[in-house]
Amino acid sequence: MSTPASKALDHWCTPWLFATSLATTIPHAAHQPLWLSTLTALIVIYAGWLWLRNARLPGRWLLMLLVGIACAGVLIEFRTLLGRDAGVAMLVLFMALKLLELRSQRDAMVLITLGYFLLLTHYFYSQSIPTGLWLIASMTLVTATLIRVHGGPSSKPLPTLRYAGLLTLQAIPFMLILYVLFPRISGPLWGLPQDAHSARSGLSEQMSPGSFSNLVLSSEIVLRVRFEDEMPASDKLYWRGPVMETFDGRTWRPHAGDSRAPIVEALSPPIRYESTLEANQQRWLLALDAPAPSLKEFGINNTLTVTNRQAISQRSRFALISVTDYRFNVSEDGEVLRRNLNLPANLNPKSRALAESWRAQSASPSATVDLAIALFSGKDFIYTLQPPLLGEHGIDQFLFESRRGFCEHYAAAFVVLMRAAGIPARVVGGYQGGERNPVDGFLVIRQSDAHAWAEVWLAGKGWVRVDPTAAVSPSRIESGIASAMPSGEPLPTLITLRSDWLRSVRHRWEAINNAWNQEVLGYNPERQRQLLSRLGLSDNNWQSLIVTLAGLSIAILLTITAWTLYHRPQLDQAQRLWHIALRRIARRQVNYAPWETPSALQRRIEIEKPELATAFAAVVNAYLATRYGASPDKLQDLREAIAQLP
Amino acid sequence: MSLLAGFKQHLFRWQSDGTASFRLTQRRIFILPTRAGVVFAFTLAAMFTGAINYDLALGHALVFLLTGLGLIGMVHTFRNLFSLWITPGRAKPVFAGEMAHFPIVLRNDRKIARLGLELQAPDNPGIGIQIAPEESSETAIPVLATQRGWMTLPRVRLSTVYPLGLLYTWSYLQPEMRCLVYPKPITTPLPPEQATSMAGERYGDGGQEDFAGFRNRQPADSLRHVAWKASARDAGQRPLLVKQFAGGAEQEMQLDWQLTPDGADIETRLAILTGWVLDASSAGICYGLRLPGHEILAARGDSHRSHCLETLALFKP
Repeated sequence: MSTPASKALDHWCTPWLFATSLATTIPHAAHQPLWLSTLTALIVIYAGWLWLRNARLPGRWLLMLLVGIACAGVLIEFRTLLGRDAGVAMLVLFMALKLLELRSQRDAMVLITLGYFLLLTHYFYSQSIPTGLWLIASMTLVTATLIRVHGGPSSKPLPTLRYAGLLTLQAIPFMLILYVLFPRISGPLWGLPQDAHSARSGLSEQMSPGSFSNLVLSSEIVLRVRFEDEMPASDKLYWRGPVMETFDGRTWRPHAGDSRAPIVEALSPPIRYESTLEANQQRWLLALDAPAPSLKEFGINNTLTVTNRQAISQRSRFALISVTDYRFNVSEDGEVLRRNLNLPANLNPKSRALAESWRAQSASPSATVDLAIALFSGKDFIYTLQPPLLGEHGIDQFLFESRRGFCEHYAAAFVVLMRAAGIPARVVGGYQGGERNPVDGFLVIRQSDAHAWAEVWLAGKGWVRVDPTAAVSPSRIESGIASAMPSGEPLPTLITLRSDWLRSVRHRWEAINNAWNQEVLGYNPERQRQLLSRLGLSDNNWQSLIVTLAGLSIAILLTITAWTLYHRPQLDQAQRLWHIALRRIARRQVNYAPWETPSALQRRIEIEKPELATAFAAVVNAYLATRYGASPDKLQDLREAIAQLP
Repeated sequence: MSLLAGFKQHLFRWQSDGTASFRLTQRRIFILPTRAGVVFAFTLAAMFTGAINYDLALGHALVFLLTGLGLIGMVHTFRNLFSLWITPGRAKPVFAGEMAHFPIVLRNDRKIARLGLELQAPDNPGIGIQIAPEESSETAIPVLATQRGWMTLPRVRLSTVYPLGLLYTWSYLQPEMRCLVYPKPITTPLPPEQATSMAGERYGDGGQEDFAGFRNRQPADSLRHVAWKASARDAGQRPLLVKQFAGGAEQEMQLDWQLTPDGADIETRLAILTGWVLDASSAGICYGLRLPGHEILAARGDSHRSHCLETLALFKP
């Protein structure tokens, strides 16, 4: 293979390379440490200044120094040079540093290849539709730079961009068929570094005052659910997450290591649904209360929390089954019941006293539960996002002084009262409700739907869900957080949207996003198998897949080749008629040489074929008059003259 | 070996008589990835591994899009050469040691610009070419002339990496073009002039002594002898005028093989003679050339000079 030697770079290529460098690095500034973005910006500005002054590029030693500083900085910041974030940081720095080393075409190629690679790294952070569009635009820019570098000074900016756009458009059919048909492998191929997936805020496994009210301020989507049949009533939509059994006076935590199988007796028909969970970096899934324990792919622990094999580090789809009316662990283990009666000693004496008085006056545990609910539904308690801070005896302060709280305050206080009254009780974290998107029919559950409720164990009934918040603010459960909060509360605008058209715009946008997530991003090996078997390509037959893929690619390539190379000769009417005349005389063994003028041909014919001469002279005269004469409309004459040819 | 040569002959054969225009088609055009293209492919492989490992759906899409770009690049790189019309020209003679320039006209009959083309004869510097849409570009392929005599144009490579630089497409051109290479001149003092014996038919006109008037310029007269002032008076209405002189015996110079140093080899002798021809002609001397087996009578003018140089270039002892 012979490749031309690397050529010096044309001066006006450099702005293109700067554009490539900036377009591929700037979006990373959003999630990189400030010092790194500043250093990158300084290097770019310095390189730009050198270019403007047409000054000599810095020597090797300065570059080495800068690389050293950059590596040291990354090492200090990320404690490694590898891994996702450190790797991206290094690439961004190299991209900027390469601008100080643009001498030959080969340097430009290094920069452009780096640019293509950097495009990929943006997907670590976002795979949304806008990111996709932005990346198509920047890919076109990088390609335009590539064209500019190889086309030399003649490639003007606008045509170059248009050409790059054309190339991108023509590449899209290949992308589509490869995306659908290329055999997918599910990753990861090897263990991922610790920082492979960024942590996100979301429901955690702990509950302390304030943890839910913070969550509620976010309108981020947590879960999308599509029910196979009817959607259950909204007061049944409890999405069960972690169950918290231990309490230290302030924070509730789950009890680890109870692997016995739960027993759920269904009292209503099973509900099948598919849920798409956003990445939450936790092992538990959110399932409609109560999940059926028969789900084989997942673990399900004794507290009815569905768990996945590994932490959910990216948006994932699960097919689940639940029942809304159930009896759960009617014969519960004694140890579990004892555990759910524990309270930290010496804390909240007033609450304990109140609970003990209830225990004395009620005939049954369920009567005690009713007393507690009656307390909360009284006029004294206020449901608010901005409760006052609580001290050491938090529950006492809440119940007897402030009486203002959010769901976690009510759930915690209720469970403490129940335990003090000798009824096993625990806190369940999760989400409640959700909003149905009328555009695509998915139920959308957001962070703002985060909720905590309680479960009490009653003899003969098992664990029963009790939601004290429903007592304080029934509308929270029936119609969501926005209607439950007084208008002064600092809820995000998206949640409180009341205007109909804005709401419908948002529904549409979210439905598009959901379709994108489900159909495009969620196209995984399993979906591919389903699609291929529907197309009649059996999934384990790789040969037929490869043949189909190759066949389609070749067909597209040939189509584009034909379209690109096809050229219709631009002949005017007179020329076309002239060619007809030439074909006529060719039949009489007179061949026309490419260099011959019509008049020269006419003279030759006079000598070689005198019998043709008169008729052909008329053709030549008409042709010359049509093409070169002042009066343009002699075409008819030419046609008639040709008709006269023998 | 002969089979391969025959195959090559078949692939690269010149279908016309070597002087007519011809069009580049897929039969003559070859394509391979460049080094940058190979690096690009490896980068794509690395990106694909990353996309699988981190399960990036859009990462897959990007890799597939860039793969498509590479495939499309093949068509577009090929198109940059496809359907170019090539018309060979006539090369002007040069002296050995100089660059011969083989003129060639590249015509672009398409509505796209052809950028980043390179024409290169083996072991010679390449020249960059670009042709605007539906236009022609006249260019000359530089080839170093090393030996006197006829030099045929070696197999020339017309290549391009435009638009993406990832693929290299080329075609071999070998029109039957040749260039006359004169011997490389060596400058030595001219031999002495001799008065000619006045032959009967020569009676003094065409001398350089006394101005005798003007006559119309014949193509054989050197431009050096044109009477520009006199010609200008007629403002181009008539042919150029040449001053005519009368009388005086003509001084003639015989540039004779025998006059060159005895010990010198043939090429050196030819080089010395070439130097003499150049000097004599620029001094306006009337000179003749005598080589073993060739004799050119004394004369002057550009065509005489070319004739002498051509004889020297093609001299076979």
